[in-house]
Amino acid sequence: MLINEFLLLGAALFCIGVYGVLARRNGVMVLMSIELILNSVNINLLAFNLKHGGDVIGNVFALYVIAVAAAEVGVGLAIVLLIYRNRRSIALDELSQMKG
Amino acid sequence: MLLANAVPQHIAFGLIAAVMIVGALRVVTSNNMVRAALWLVVVLSGAAAQYILLAAEFVAVTQVLVYVGAVMVLFLFGTMLTRGQIGHERDLNNKHRIIPGVVALMLAGILGYVLIDAYHASKLPDAVPVSTDKISDSIFSTYLLPFWALSIVLTAAVVGAIVLARKD
Repeated sequence: MLINEFLLLGAALFCIGVYGVLARRNGVMVLMSIELILNSVNINLLAFNLKHGGDVIGNVFALYVIAVAAAEVGVGLAIVLLIYRNRRSIALDELSQMKG
Repeated sequence: MLLANAVPQHIAFGLIAAVMIVGALRVVTSNNMVRAALWLVVVLSGAAAQYILLAAEFVAVTQVLVYVGAVMVLFLFGTMLTRGQIGHERDLNNKHRIIPGVVALMLAGILGYVLIDAYHASKLPDAVPVSTDKISDSIFSTYLLPFWALSIVLTAAVVGAIVLARKD
């Protein structure tokens, strides 16, 4: 296997995730796009771990990324739920009260 | 022998990668939130399969347990708690979708050029499965400090999520 196959797959997922973050206006959909980005990073970490064999650093950091992503989704969805309860909408472009 | 080993891997990689790309595109373009969440399941399961191709079984199992199991249930709850009705919706996207598309395409072009330029003939060595005891040794010795930090982050996230979502 070439390392580029995995790296290009990761790059494609990353770009699709960036498009999702920029183009979606629903809070839950933005969080889903962030999950795509985090998974592309994990594919890169594991590919480089195999490339520089004899080590498990890539696996360890991929596990840490998964744990941080779980925490992020929990807090993010709680915030989205709170916004929905206060405003009856989770459209992100309507959240402009903090604009000066 | 080497060729006979490599061809099924290439075929498996190509099939799973194609499914993942299609699924990811459906996640960011679908007009139905529940369908987008279910396409995300496809992408995350495909990522787990790629981890197995990269000889990281423990990470693949963790991916299935944490992402496909727990995170997706959270997403479906989030979808259903923030919507009066489930179905086709029009207001999921921003009005201007050309600029994000241009940004993503430029990013894809730059990343693709750099990767092909840097690693065009670089081969991966034959996959040797990573043993779980090596991972645990590494976590509980060399990388113990980030593990502690991660434990505090997870505890704070649990408490924070409860405080934020509680009705009072």
